[in-house]
Amino acid sequence: MEKKKTQVQDIDRTIYDIRDKVNASYQVEEGLTPEIVEEISAKKNDPEWMREFRLKSLEIYNRIPMPAWGPSLDGLHMEDIITYIRPNTPMRGNWAQVPDDIKNTFERLGIPKAERDSLAGVGAQYDSEVVYHNVREEVRRQGVVYTDMESAVRDPVYGPMVRDHFMKLVPPTDHKFVALHGAVWSGGSFVYVPPHVKVSIPLQSYFRLNAPGAGQFEHTLIILGEGADLHFIEGCSAPKYNVANLHAGCVELYVAKNARLRYSTIENWSKNMYNLNTKRALVEEGGTVEWVSGSFGSHVSYLYPMSILKGENSRMEFTGITFAGKGQNLDTGAKVVHAAPHTYSSINTKSISKDGGVCTYRSSVEILPQAYGCRSSVNCESLMLDDRSRSDTVPVMDIRNDDVDVGHEAKIGRISDDAIFYLMSRGISEEDARAMIVTGFAEPVAKELPVEYAVEMNNLIKLEMEGAIG
Amino acid sequence: MLLKVKDLKVSVDGSVILNGLNLDVDRGEVHVLMGPNGAGKSTLVNTIMGHPQYKVEAGEILFDGKDITHAPANERAKAGLFLSFQNPEEVPGVTLESFLRTSRMSVTGKPVRLFAFKKELAEKMKDLDMDAEYASRYLNVGFSGGEKKKSEILQMLMTRPQLAILDETDSGLDVDAVKIVSQGVEKFHSSENSLLIITHSTKILEYLNVDYVHVLMDGRIVRSGGSGLIREINANGFQQLAASV
Repeated sequence: MEKKKTQVQDIDRTIYDIRDKVNASYQVEEGLTPEIVEEISAKKNDPEWMREFRLKSLEIYNRIPMPAWGPSLDGLHMEDIITYIRPNTPMRGNWAQVPDDIKNTFERLGIPKAERDSLAGVGAQYDSEVVYHNVREEVRRQGVVYTDMESAVRDPVYGPMVRDHFMKLVPPTDHKFVALHGAVWSGGSFVYVPPHVKVSIPLQSYFRLNAPGAGQFEHTLIILGEGADLHFIEGCSAPKYNVANLHAGCVELYVAKNARLRYSTIENWSKNMYNLNTKRALVEEGGTVEWVSGSFGSHVSYLYPMSILKGENSRMEFTGITFAGKGQNLDTGAKVVHAAPHTYSSINTKSISKDGGVCTYRSSVEILPQAYGCRSSVNCESLMLDDRSRSDTVPVMDIRNDDVDVGHEAKIGRISDDAIFYLMSRGISEEDARAMIVTGFAEPVAKELPVEYAVEMNNLIKLEMEGAIG
Repeated sequence: MLLKVKDLKVSVDGSVILNGLNLDVDRGEVHVLMGPNGAGKSTLVNTIMGHPQYKVEAGEILFDGKDITHAPANERAKAGLFLSFQNPEEVPGVTLESFLRTSRMSVTGKPVRLFAFKKELAEKMKDLDMDAEYASRYLNVGFSGGEKKKSEILQMLMTRPQLAILDETDSGLDVDAVKIVSQGVEKFHSSENSLLIITHSTKILEYLNVDYVHVLMDGRIVRSGGSGLIREINANGFQQLAASV
């Protein structure tokens, strides 16, 4: 009998790929100069400190060379990127007031429906600015602040809080693209949850980049007071163009004593996107940060959410899945610094590569000399669906004391013919058998995702596997 | 004839394992296939089920009158064939229950009524002395040898094949488990369906009325007979039997 090969198709991106006609009220020229940064700052009506911060970040950006250790960034030309593009609407608190083209895009992505069904608040960004922000009244009454970053920067009450925290955890000196972010950031969300307030249903921000050749640089700043509890969901997508788009967002999470923050992301950028995103959490005594991260889109990704376990008994858990298809090189993982005794970290990742796609798992676990009695476990599994695909694992551990319990496990595999035969012998077609194995592989991550995203992820996998066999 | 294997010649990675094998199984019959290690018993049943690693060089396999020699495994399952594997695969992330539901749906081509299905599953698991909790566990993952075999028999009971082939289903089972599994098989068997059983021990046969026994050696069936042949093999071994052929 002839051995059969499965031809796996690309993800059906129909919903994500519908482009709106660009209808910007204003956009800067391509490229990056002090004049452009000044222009953005003036248009956004920045306070003086922010204008200076932007210009300083630009200087840092110009000093730092391009990273040379990861996937190629040769296709990214900053001189062609439009760093700021304002949609033709102010921010609204009511979907009815959002212009039809933009509203319809978010309707197709299911955002207003999710807001009605299962969210405590929603922010929706379109290109460089947030076009919609709303939070349920009962959540507002708990003292929770959930707004766009621009409003927060200028807010008389929360402005100083923003100034105290903005890019303090992720300074512009950290790497080239976070310096870029500091210079041209726009949009994003600010969340403050007062001490001992528990938000029982999630908040969600959704970032949509519509314009070709544009960059999106949203900033997310979340501050949880002592004993607070929040689940924050972030979603992103863009239609595909032939020119490079750039996403260099920045997420800073401050988790106070005994607080718990769950941060879930589903990233589904189009395959012309350079996704160079930076996320970091600072966790105080007894606090917990839980990351759930799904990376499906983009041409190139560099993404390693970092947790600094600053306080004793603080914890982090990272659960991630990365799916790289044709033309995708996704370099993802997690970082953790154990800076206090009795801290705990757990990293669990899965990656799937097919059709020439490249997945690299990269992680760093650092345990400082004073951090005795720590536990850390790292587990990464990769599945390659064909011979052309690639999967690499680059785990780094730097452990500076003896009183620790550290484990690492890595597995790279393929779908076995025997497993396919087993399922087929029970009446299941070859195509469905493959989909079943891949979905099963992803299941431990899927069950951590918000349910609508888990369903979406399984649909994406099924569509992927629906290739013609023969 | 339910299953007809005619002059079957099968190779694996270029070496010939089965060389002109004939076998007929009719409805309602229980057949036992015995033979020394490496004789080709597993090759035969995997070929009947359609494992792509086994290459049919000559001959044919007819099931219920249809030529299935080159049909994919899932089509054979739909026609009513079932194989209980010697070493069932583990499939992480897929629960036994959802797998059984998908399997039932694929085999019958009809939607499964959820409530009735759950009830039937619970009953059959109870019959096999399987903890109900196994339904929500991932398929065979972390199951002991015995639990895996029970999971195979459970799959057989839930998909109701016309011909069930049991490849050493009784090996690796303790005395109690052999009894439970055998009783399950016995309960399944009727005048409408058939069994082809590969076994080394004959414990499982105590619970079943065997119609035919076949001895497979060097890629073909060298002797066939009634259940009396089992006593002969147990008493004298395969080599002497071969010498007397």
